[in-house]
Amino acid sequence: MNKTPLCAVHEKLGARMIDFSGWYMPVQYSSIIEEHNAVREGAGLFDLFHMGEFWMTGPDALKNVQKIVTQDAEALSDRQIAYSPMCRPDGTIVDDLLVYRWNAEKFLLVVNASNIDKDFNWMKSQLEGDVKFTNESAKTGLIAIQGPKAEAVLQKLTRQRLKPIKFYWFTTGKVVGVDCIISRTGYTGEEGFELYYDAEHSETLWNALMEAGKDVDIKPIGLGARDTLRLEARLMLYGNDIHDSTTPIEANLNWTVKFNKGAFNGSDVLKKQKDQGVSKTLVGFELAKGPAARHGYPIVKDGSVVGEVTSGTMAPTLKKNIGLGYVPPALSAIGTVIDIEIRGKNYPATIIETPFYTRARS
Amino acid sequence: MKFTKEHEWAKLEGDIVTIGITDYAAHQLGDVVFVELPSVGSKVTMGKTFGTIESVKTVSDLYAPVGGEVVEVNEGLEGNPAMVNESPMDAGWIVKIKVADAKEFDSLLSEADYKKICE
Repeated sequence: MNKTPLCAVHEKLGARMIDFSGWYMPVQYSSIIEEHNAVREGAGLFDLFHMGEFWMTGPDALKNVQKIVTQDAEALSDRQIAYSPMCRPDGTIVDDLLVYRWNAEKFLLVVNASNIDKDFNWMKSQLEGDVKFTNESAKTGLIAIQGPKAEAVLQKLTRQRLKPIKFYWFTTGKVVGVDCIISRTGYTGEEGFELYYDAEHSETLWNALMEAGKDVDIKPIGLGARDTLRLEARLMLYGNDIHDSTTPIEANLNWTVKFNKGAFNGSDVLKKQKDQGVSKTLVGFELAKGPAARHGYPIVKDGSVVGEVTSGTMAPTLKKNIGLGYVPPALSAIGTVIDIEIRGKNYPATIIETPFYTRARS
Repeated sequence: MKFTKEHEWAKLEGDIVTIGITDYAAHQLGDVVFVELPSVGSKVTMGKTFGTIESVKTVSDLYAPVGGEVVEVNEGLEGNPAMVNESPMDAGWIVKIKVADAKEFDSLLSEADYKKICE
Protein backbone atom coordinates (compact mmCIF):
# COMPACT_ATOMS: atom_id res chain seq x y z
CA MET A 1 0.00 0.00 0.00
CA ASN A 2 1.17 3.57 -0.68
CA LYS A 3 2.03 5.62 2.38
CA THR A 4 2.10 9.35 2.92
CA PRO A 5 5.15 11.00 4.54
CA LEU A 6 2.82 11.83 7.47
CA CYS A 7 1.77 8.23 8.09
CA ALA A 8 3.63 7.96 11.42
CA VAL A 9 2.18 11.31 12.51
CA HIS A 10 -1.38 10.08 11.88
CA GLU A 11 -0.75 6.86 13.78
CA LYS A 12 0.67 8.81 16.70
CA LEU A 13 -2.44 11.00 16.71
CA GLY A 14 -4.49 7.83 17.14
CA ALA A 15 -6.00 7.81 13.65
CA ARG A 16 -7.84 4.77 12.37
CA MET A 17 -6.11 3.99 9.08
CA ILE A 18 -7.79 2.39 6.08
CA ASP A 19 -6.96 1.36 2.54
CA PHE A 20 -8.30 4.17 0.36
CA SER A 21 -7.82 3.07 -3.24
CA GLY A 22 -4.35 1.76 -2.52
CA TRP A 23 -3.40 4.45 0.00
CA TYR A 24 -2.94 3.89 3.73
CA MET A 25 -4.93 6.91 4.94
CA PRO A 26 -6.54 8.21 8.14
CA VAL A 27 -10.34 7.82 8.04
CA GLN A 28 -10.91 9.39 11.46
CA TYR A 29 -8.90 10.54 14.45
CA SER A 30 -11.54 11.21 17.12
CA SER A 31 -15.07 11.23 15.73
CA ILE A 32 -16.31 12.10 12.25
CA ILE A 33 -18.92 14.47 13.68
CA GLU A 34 -16.39 16.22 15.92
CA GLU A 35 -13.94 16.61 13.04
CA HIS A 36 -16.70 17.83 10.72
CA ASN A 37 -17.78 20.46 13.25
CA ALA A 38 -14.18 21.58 13.82
CA VAL A 39 -13.95 22.53 10.12
CA ARG A 40 -17.32 24.30 10.14
CA GLU A 41 -16.58 26.24 13.32
CA GLY A 42 -12.81 26.52 13.71
CA ALA A 43 -10.08 24.90 11.68
CA GLY A 44 -9.09 21.45 10.47
CA LEU A 45 -5.97 20.02 8.85
CA PHE A 46 -5.97 17.46 6.04
CA ASP A 47 -3.06 15.42 4.70
CA LEU A 48 -3.76 15.10 0.97
CA PHE A 49 -0.41 13.81 -0.19
CA HIS A 50 -2.20 11.09 -2.16
CA MET A 51 -3.64 13.57 -4.68
CA GLY A 52 -1.93 13.71 -8.07
CA GLU A 53 0.00 16.71 -9.38
CA PHE A 54 0.85 16.99 -13.08
CA TRP A 55 2.68 19.85 -14.78
CA MET A 56 2.07 20.92 -18.34
CA THR A 57 4.59 23.41 -19.72
CA GLY A 58 5.77 24.73 -23.06
CA PRO A 59 4.58 26.91 -25.94
CA ASP A 60 1.54 24.68 -26.61
CA ALA A 61 0.52 24.14 -22.98
CA LEU A 62 -2.59 26.33 -23.14
CA LYS A 63 -3.75 24.75 -26.39
CA ASN A 64 -3.50 21.29 -24.84
CA VAL A 65 -5.24 22.23 -21.60
CA GLN A 66 -8.04 23.79 -23.64
CA LYS A 67 -8.55 20.56 -25.55
CA ILE A 68 -8.42 18.32 -22.47
CA VAL A 69 -10.65 20.12 -19.97
CA THR A 70 -14.16 21.57 -20.33
CA GLN A 71 -13.34 24.83 -18.54
CA ASP A 72 -11.84 27.79 -20.37
CA ALA A 73 -8.18 28.08 -19.34
CA GLU A 74 -7.69 31.01 -21.71
CA ALA A 75 -10.25 33.05 -19.77
CA LEU A 76 -8.32 32.44 -16.54
CA SER A 77 -5.94 35.11 -15.36
CA ASP A 78 -2.43 34.09 -14.40
CA ARG A 79 -2.56 32.72 -10.81
CA GLN A 80 -6.22 31.85 -11.12
CA ILE A 81 -7.65 28.34 -10.68
CA ALA A 82 -10.58 26.52 -12.28
CA TYR A 83 -12.41 23.39 -11.19
CA SER A 84 -13.01 21.34 -14.31
CA PRO A 85 -14.18 17.96 -15.55
CA MET A 86 -11.92 16.25 -18.09
CA CYS A 87 -13.94 14.41 -20.72
CA ARG A 88 -13.47 11.87 -23.45
CA PRO A 89 -14.74 12.70 -26.94
CA ASP A 90 -18.01 10.92 -26.01
CA GLY A 91 -18.52 13.37 -23.14
CA THR A 92 -17.94 10.88 -20.30
CA ILE A 93 -15.75 12.05 -17.44
CA VAL A 94 -12.18 10.74 -17.09
CA ASP A 95 -11.75 12.74 -13.87
CA ASP A 96 -12.43 16.10 -12.27
CA LEU A 97 -9.46 18.29 -11.48
CA LEU A 98 -8.12 21.69 -10.53
CA VAL A 99 -6.37 23.70 -13.24
CA TYR A 100 -3.78 26.16 -11.91
CA ARG A 101 -2.66 28.70 -14.48
CA TRP A 102 0.79 30.26 -13.98
CA ASN A 103 0.74 31.64 -17.48
CA ALA A 104 -0.19 30.42 -20.94
CA GLU A 105 2.89 28.16 -20.97
CA LYS A 106 2.70 26.70 -17.47
CA PHE A 107 -0.14 24.82 -15.76
CA LEU A 108 -0.47 22.64 -12.67
CA LEU A 109 -3.22 20.01 -12.90
CA VAL A 110 -4.37 18.38 -9.65
CA VAL A 111 -6.19 15.07 -10.02
CA ASN A 112 -7.77 12.41 -7.80
CA ALA A 113 -5.46 9.87 -6.16
CA SER A 114 -7.36 6.88 -7.49
CA ASN A 115 -7.05 8.17 -11.07
CA ILE A 116 -3.39 9.21 -11.26
CA ASP A 117 -2.27 6.52 -13.72
CA LYS A 118 -5.47 6.60 -15.76
CA ASP A 119 -5.37 10.39 -16.04
CA PHE A 120 -1.68 10.60 -16.85
CA ASN A 121 -1.98 8.04 -19.64
CA TRP A 122 -5.13 9.67 -20.98
CA MET A 123 -3.67 13.17 -21.04
CA LYS A 124 -0.42 11.92 -22.55
CA SER A 125 -2.38 10.27 -25.36
CA GLN A 126 -4.07 13.61 -26.09
CA LEU A 127 -0.98 15.83 -26.30
CA GLU A 128 -0.17 17.75 -29.46
CA GLY A 129 2.67 20.10 -30.37
CA ASP A 130 5.45 21.50 -28.21
CA VAL A 131 4.57 20.60 -24.65
CA LYS A 132 6.24 18.93 -21.69
CA PHE A 133 4.04 16.84 -19.41
CA THR A 134 5.26 15.39 -16.09
CA ASN A 135 3.81 13.57 -13.09
CA GLU A 136 5.24 15.09 -9.89
CA SER A 137 2.78 13.39 -7.51
CA ALA A 138 5.37 11.33 -5.63
CA LYS A 139 7.37 14.36 -4.49
CA THR A 140 4.58 16.90 -4.06
CA GLY A 141 3.06 17.28 -0.62
CA LEU A 142 -0.43 18.71 -0.14
CA ILE A 143 -1.91 19.87 3.14
CA ALA A 144 -5.27 21.62 3.38
CA ILE A 145 -6.24 23.90 6.24
CA GLN A 146 -9.96 24.54 6.21
CA GLY A 147 -12.44 26.41 8.35
CA PRO A 148 -13.41 29.96 9.34
CA LYS A 149 -10.20 30.23 11.44
CA ALA A 150 -7.90 28.76 8.78
CA GLU A 151 -6.67 32.09 7.44
CA ALA A 152 -5.76 33.44 10.88
CA VAL A 153 -3.82 30.27 11.71
CA LEU A 154 -1.94 30.15 8.40
CA GLN A 155 -1.18 33.88 8.51
CA LYS A 156 0.86 33.36 11.68
CA LEU A 157 3.29 31.22 9.70
CA THR A 158 3.84 33.27 6.55
CA ARG A 159 4.76 36.83 5.59
CA GLN A 160 2.76 36.44 2.41
CA ARG A 161 -0.45 38.41 2.93
CA LEU A 162 -3.38 36.00 2.66
CA LYS A 163 -6.33 38.38 2.76
CA PRO A 164 -5.88 39.61 -0.87
CA ILE A 165 -5.91 36.05 -2.26
CA LYS A 166 -9.40 35.57 -3.66
CA PHE A 167 -11.35 32.30 -3.76
CA TYR A 168 -9.85 30.04 -6.46
CA TRP A 169 -6.66 32.14 -6.80
CA PHE A 170 -3.18 31.25 -5.62
CA THR A 171 0.19 32.75 -4.85
CA THR A 172 3.58 31.37 -3.88
CA GLY A 173 5.51 32.05 -0.73
CA LYS A 174 7.24 30.60 2.28
CA VAL A 175 5.31 29.03 5.14
CA VAL A 176 7.63 28.40 8.12
CA GLY A 177 10.50 28.63 5.66
CA VAL A 178 9.04 26.03 3.25
CA ASP A 179 8.35 27.12 -0.34
CA CYS A 180 4.63 26.65 -0.97
CA ILE A 181 1.95 27.21 -3.53
CA ILE A 182 -0.70 28.87 -1.38
CA SER A 183 -4.11 28.29 -2.90
CA ARG A 184 -7.46 29.51 -1.62
CA THR A 185 -9.32 26.32 -2.47
CA GLY A 186 -10.77 23.34 -0.67
CA TYR A 187 -13.19 20.45 -0.67
CA THR A 188 -15.28 21.32 2.37
CA GLY A 189 -17.58 24.21 1.44
CA GLU A 190 -15.67 26.26 3.99
CA GLU A 191 -13.05 29.03 3.86
CA GLY A 192 -9.52 27.75 3.67
CA PHE A 193 -6.27 27.09 1.88
CA GLU A 194 -4.38 24.26 0.24
CA LEU A 195 -0.58 24.21 0.35
CA TYR A 196 1.59 22.37 -2.19
CA TYR A 197 5.24 21.88 -1.32
CA ASP A 198 8.19 19.52 -1.58
CA ALA A 199 6.96 16.43 0.27
CA GLU A 200 10.12 16.12 2.36
CA HIS A 201 8.90 19.11 4.41
CA SER A 202 5.59 17.44 5.32
CA GLU A 203 6.26 17.05 9.04
CA THR A 204 7.64 20.58 9.39
CA LEU A 205 4.52 22.10 7.87
CA TRP A 206 2.03 19.78 9.57
CA ASN A 207 3.52 20.28 13.03
CA ALA A 208 3.78 24.05 12.62
CA LEU A 209 0.13 24.29 11.53
CA MET A 210 -1.06 22.08 14.39
CA GLU A 211 0.92 24.23 16.85
CA ALA A 212 -0.26 27.54 15.36
CA GLY A 213 -3.84 26.31 15.49
CA LYS A 214 -3.78 25.30 19.15
CA ASP A 215 -5.62 28.41 20.31
CA VAL A 216 -8.52 27.70 17.93
CA ASP A 217 -8.47 24.00 18.82
CA ILE A 218 -7.43 22.92 15.32
CA LYS A 219 -8.08 19.24 14.61
CA PRO A 220 -6.63 16.74 12.15
CA ILE A 221 -9.41 15.63 9.80
CA GLY A 222 -9.79 12.16 8.29
CA LEU A 223 -11.41 10.97 5.10
CA GLY A 224 -14.70 10.32 6.91
CA ALA A 225 -15.35 13.97 7.71
CA ARG A 226 -13.85 15.02 4.38
CA ASP A 227 -16.71 13.11 2.76
CA THR A 228 -19.51 14.56 4.92
CA LEU A 229 -18.10 18.09 4.48
CA ARG A 230 -17.86 17.86 0.70
CA LEU A 231 -21.29 16.26 0.36
CA GLU A 232 -23.03 19.02 2.35
CA ALA A 233 -21.43 21.46 -0.11
CA ARG A 234 -22.45 19.26 -3.08
CA LEU A 235 -18.88 18.83 -4.23
CA MET A 236 -18.51 15.85 -6.54
CA LEU A 237 -16.77 12.64 -5.53
CA TYR A 238 -15.27 10.93 -8.54
CA GLY A 239 -16.22 7.26 -8.59
CA ASN A 240 -19.56 8.04 -6.90
CA ASP A 241 -21.35 11.10 -8.27
CA ILE A 242 -19.41 11.31 -11.49
CA HIS A 243 -17.56 8.48 -13.19
CA ASP A 244 -16.59 6.87 -16.47
CA SER A 245 -20.18 6.71 -17.72
CA THR A 246 -21.58 10.11 -16.68
CA THR A 247 -21.15 13.50 -18.36
CA PRO A 248 -20.84 16.98 -16.81
CA ILE A 249 -24.26 17.92 -18.24
CA GLU A 250 -25.88 14.90 -16.57
CA ALA A 251 -24.09 15.82 -13.33
CA ASN A 252 -25.47 19.37 -13.52
CA LEU A 253 -21.98 20.80 -13.87
CA ASN A 254 -23.03 22.98 -16.82
CA TRP A 255 -21.22 25.96 -15.29
CA THR A 256 -17.90 24.14 -15.85
CA VAL A 257 -18.50 23.50 -19.56
CA LYS A 258 -17.46 26.47 -21.69
CA PHE A 259 -18.80 25.94 -25.22
CA ASN A 260 -17.76 29.39 -26.44
CA LYS A 261 -14.04 28.53 -26.19
CA GLY A 262 -14.20 26.39 -29.35
CA ALA A 263 -14.02 22.61 -29.82
CA PHE A 264 -12.65 20.44 -26.99
CA ASN A 265 -12.87 16.78 -25.97
CA GLY A 266 -16.56 15.99 -25.65
CA SER A 267 -17.86 19.36 -26.84
CA ASP A 268 -20.12 17.93 -29.58
CA VAL A 269 -21.83 15.39 -27.33
CA LEU A 270 -22.12 17.81 -24.41
CA LYS A 271 -23.62 20.54 -26.63
CA LYS A 272 -26.17 18.08 -27.90
CA GLN A 273 -27.05 17.05 -24.35
CA LYS A 274 -27.36 20.66 -23.28
CA ASP A 275 -29.65 21.51 -26.24
CA GLN A 276 -31.68 18.31 -26.50
CA GLY A 277 -31.70 17.14 -22.92
CA VAL A 278 -30.34 14.19 -20.99
CA SER A 279 -31.86 10.90 -19.85
CA LYS A 280 -30.61 11.25 -16.25
CA THR A 281 -29.75 14.19 -14.08
CA LEU A 282 -28.01 14.48 -10.71
CA VAL A 283 -30.26 15.82 -7.95
CA GLY A 284 -29.98 16.38 -4.22
CA PHE A 285 -32.55 14.98 -1.82
CA GLU A 286 -33.43 14.97 1.83
CA LEU A 287 -34.80 11.98 3.72
CA ALA A 288 -37.09 12.02 6.71
CA LYS A 289 -35.73 10.75 10.02
CA GLY A 290 -34.52 7.18 9.87
CA PRO A 291 -31.79 5.31 8.08
CA ALA A 292 -29.38 7.16 5.81
CA ALA A 293 -29.26 6.78 2.03
CA ARG A 294 -25.99 5.28 0.83
CA HIS A 295 -24.08 4.88 -2.41
CA GLY A 296 -25.80 2.35 -4.66
CA TYR A 297 -29.25 2.32 -3.05
CA PRO A 298 -32.10 2.31 -5.60
CA ILE A 299 -34.24 5.41 -6.18
CA VAL A 300 -37.87 4.38 -6.66
CA LYS A 301 -40.95 6.16 -7.99
CA ASP A 302 -44.42 4.56 -7.95
CA GLY A 303 -42.88 1.17 -7.27
CA SER A 304 -40.29 1.10 -10.06
CA VAL A 305 -36.58 1.78 -9.87
CA VAL A 306 -35.81 5.05 -11.67
CA GLY A 307 -32.27 5.76 -10.53
CA GLU A 308 -29.54 5.25 -8.00
CA VAL A 309 -28.09 7.05 -5.01
CA THR A 310 -24.50 8.14 -5.70
CA SER A 311 -23.67 9.58 -2.26
CA GLY A 312 -25.56 9.79 1.00
CA THR A 313 -24.95 10.50 4.63
CA MET A 314 -26.31 11.89 7.83
CA ALA A 315 -25.23 15.52 7.45
CA PRO A 316 -23.64 16.65 10.73
CA THR A 317 -24.14 20.41 10.18
CA LEU A 318 -27.68 20.13 8.82
CA LYS A 319 -28.57 17.28 11.19
CA LYS A 320 -30.57 15.42 8.58
CA ASN A 321 -30.09 12.67 6.02
CA ILE A 322 -29.06 13.96 2.61
CA GLY A 323 -27.96 12.42 -0.65
CA LEU A 324 -27.27 12.79 -4.34
CA GLY A 325 -28.53 10.56 -7.10
CA TYR A 326 -29.43 10.32 -10.75
CA VAL A 327 -33.12 10.48 -11.75
CA PRO A 328 -34.93 11.04 -15.06
CA PRO A 329 -35.33 14.80 -15.72
CA ALA A 330 -39.12 14.50 -15.33
CA LEU A 331 -38.57 13.68 -11.66
CA SER A 332 -35.93 16.31 -10.98
CA ALA A 333 -38.05 19.32 -9.99
CA ILE A 334 -37.53 20.74 -6.50
CA GLY A 335 -40.21 19.35 -4.22
CA THR A 336 -40.66 16.08 -6.10
CA VAL A 337 -41.13 13.17 -3.73
CA ILE A 338 -39.27 9.95 -4.53
CA ASP A 339 -38.53 6.83 -2.50
CA ILE A 340 -35.13 5.51 -1.51
CA GLU A 341 -35.03 1.75 -1.13
CA ILE A 342 -33.07 0.90 2.00
CA ARG A 343 -32.63 -2.77 2.85
CA GLY A 344 -35.80 -3.73 1.01
CA LYS A 345 -38.00 -0.95 2.41
CA ASN A 346 -38.98 2.33 0.73
CA TYR A 347 -38.40 5.61 2.56
CA PRO A 348 -39.80 8.87 1.11
CA ALA A 349 -37.31 11.57 0.12
CA THR A 350 -37.83 15.07 -1.27
CA ILE A 351 -35.72 16.67 -3.97
CA ILE A 352 -34.27 19.91 -2.60
CA GLU A 353 -32.01 22.75 -3.70
CA THR A 354 -28.27 22.18 -3.57
CA PRO A 355 -25.72 22.88 -2.23
CA PHE A 356 -27.28 21.56 0.95
CA TYR A 357 -24.92 23.80 2.94
CA THR A 358 -23.51 27.20 1.98
CA ARG A 359 -21.18 29.02 4.36
CA ALA A 360 -22.28 32.43 5.56
CA ARG A 361 -20.15 34.93 3.61
CA SER A 362 -18.24 37.33 5.79
CA MET B 1 -22.54 -10.89 31.30
CA LYS B 2 -21.74 -12.82 28.12
CA PHE B 3 -20.48 -11.78 24.70
CA THR B 4 -20.62 -12.74 21.02
CA LYS B 5 -18.03 -12.68 18.30
CA GLU B 6 -20.26 -10.09 16.56
CA HIS B 7 -19.31 -7.74 19.42
CA GLU B 8 -22.54 -7.79 21.33
CA TRP B 9 -23.05 -8.22 25.05
CA ALA B 10 -25.91 -10.02 26.73
CA LYS B 11 -26.97 -9.83 30.36
CA LEU B 12 -29.39 -12.34 31.85
CA GLU B 13 -31.81 -11.33 34.60
CA GLY B 14 -34.50 -13.92 35.30
CA ASP B 15 -35.54 -15.01 31.81
CA ILE B 16 -34.89 -11.58 30.23
CA VAL B 17 -31.68 -10.98 28.28
CA THR B 18 -30.64 -7.34 27.73
CA ILE B 19 -28.54 -6.84 24.60
CA GLY B 20 -26.23 -4.11 23.41
CA ILE B 21 -22.98 -3.63 21.55
CA THR B 22 -19.61 -3.64 23.30
CA ASP B 23 -17.33 -0.68 24.02
CA TYR B 24 -14.98 -2.07 21.40
CA ALA B 25 -17.75 -2.21 18.76
CA ALA B 26 -19.02 1.28 19.59
CA HIS B 27 -15.51 2.64 19.22
CA GLN B 28 -14.93 0.82 15.95
CA LEU B 29 -18.25 2.01 14.48
CA GLY B 30 -17.76 5.64 15.39
CA ASP B 31 -20.63 8.11 15.72
CA VAL B 32 -23.88 6.14 15.71
CA VAL B 33 -26.61 8.04 13.85
CA PHE B 34 -29.42 5.49 13.60
CA VAL B 35 -30.50 2.22 15.19
CA GLU B 36 -33.19 0.21 13.45
CA LEU B 37 -35.04 -1.56 16.24
CA PRO B 38 -37.31 -4.61 15.97
CA SER B 39 -40.92 -4.28 17.08
CA VAL B 40 -41.92 -5.37 20.54
CA GLY B 41 -43.52 -8.82 20.34
CA SER B 42 -41.45 -9.93 17.35
CA LYS B 43 -39.51 -13.18 17.51
CA VAL B 44 -35.78 -13.37 17.01
CA THR B 45 -33.52 -16.37 16.35
CA MET B 46 -30.06 -16.90 17.78
CA GLY B 47 -27.40 -15.78 15.29
CA LYS B 48 -29.90 -14.10 12.94
CA THR B 49 -30.13 -10.35 12.33
CA PHE B 50 -32.78 -8.44 14.26
CA GLY B 51 -31.87 -4.85 13.32
CA THR B 52 -29.18 -2.57 12.01
CA ILE B 53 -26.94 0.07 13.46
CA GLU B 54 -25.59 2.91 11.37
CA SER B 55 -22.66 5.17 11.98
CA VAL B 56 -21.82 8.16 9.78
CA LYS B 57 -19.66 5.89 7.67
CA THR B 58 -21.12 2.37 7.81
CA VAL B 59 -24.14 0.14 8.33
CA SER B 60 -23.81 -3.00 10.46
CA ASP B 61 -26.28 -5.77 11.16
CA LEU B 62 -27.26 -6.60 14.72
CA TYR B 63 -27.31 -10.34 15.48
CA ALA B 64 -29.45 -11.89 18.19
CA PRO B 65 -27.19 -13.55 20.79
CA VAL B 66 -30.18 -15.66 21.90
CA GLY B 67 -33.55 -16.55 20.45
CA GLY B 68 -36.85 -15.45 21.96
CA GLU B 69 -39.41 -12.68 21.99
CA VAL B 70 -38.58 -8.97 22.00
CA VAL B 71 -40.19 -7.59 25.16
CA GLU B 72 -38.72 -4.09 25.17
CA VAL B 73 -36.63 -1.85 22.90
CA ASN B 74 -34.59 1.19 23.92
CA GLU B 75 -36.83 3.91 22.54
CA GLY B 76 -34.43 6.57 23.74
CA LEU B 77 -32.12 5.62 20.87
CA GLU B 78 -34.62 6.95 18.37
CA GLY B 79 -34.02 10.55 19.45
CA ASN B 80 -30.49 10.04 20.73
CA PRO B 81 -28.64 7.25 18.88
CA ALA B 82 -25.33 8.71 20.14
CA MET B 83 -26.19 7.12 23.49
CA VAL B 84 -24.71 3.93 22.01
CA ASN B 85 -21.32 5.69 21.86
CA GLU B 86 -21.66 7.43 25.21
CA SER B 87 -22.74 4.40 27.18
CA PRO B 88 -22.68 1.25 25.05
CA MET B 89 -22.71 -1.16 27.97
CA ASP B 90 -25.44 0.56 29.99
CA ALA B 91 -27.81 3.38 28.90
CA GLY B 92 -27.07 2.52 25.25
CA TRP B 93 -28.61 -0.97 25.50
CA ILE B 94 -30.65 -1.94 22.45
CA VAL B 95 -33.27 -4.64 23.13
CA LYS B 96 -34.57 -6.95 25.82
CA ILE B 97 -35.46 -10.48 24.80
CA LYS B 98 -37.44 -13.04 26.75
CA VAL B 99 -35.14 -15.99 26.24
CA ALA B 100 -36.70 -19.19 24.89
CA ASP B 101 -33.85 -21.55 25.73
CA ALA B 102 -31.45 -20.65 28.57
CA LYS B 103 -28.82 -23.01 27.12
CA GLU B 104 -28.31 -20.54 24.27
CA PHE B 105 -27.21 -17.90 26.77
CA ASP B 106 -24.82 -20.33 28.48
CA SER B 107 -23.15 -21.07 25.14
CA LEU B 108 -22.08 -17.42 24.61
CA LEU B 109 -18.50 -16.22 25.12
CA SER B 110 -17.09 -15.34 28.53
CA GLU B 111 -15.53 -11.91 28.96
CA ALA B 112 -12.02 -13.41 28.86
CA ASP B 113 -12.73 -15.25 25.60
CA TYR B 114 -14.31 -12.16 24.06
CA LYS B 115 -11.30 -10.03 24.96
CA LYS B 116 -9.07 -12.44 23.06
CA ILE B 117 -11.13 -11.79 19.92
CA CYS B 118 -10.63 -8.04 20.24
CA GLU B 119 -6.85 -8.25 20.48
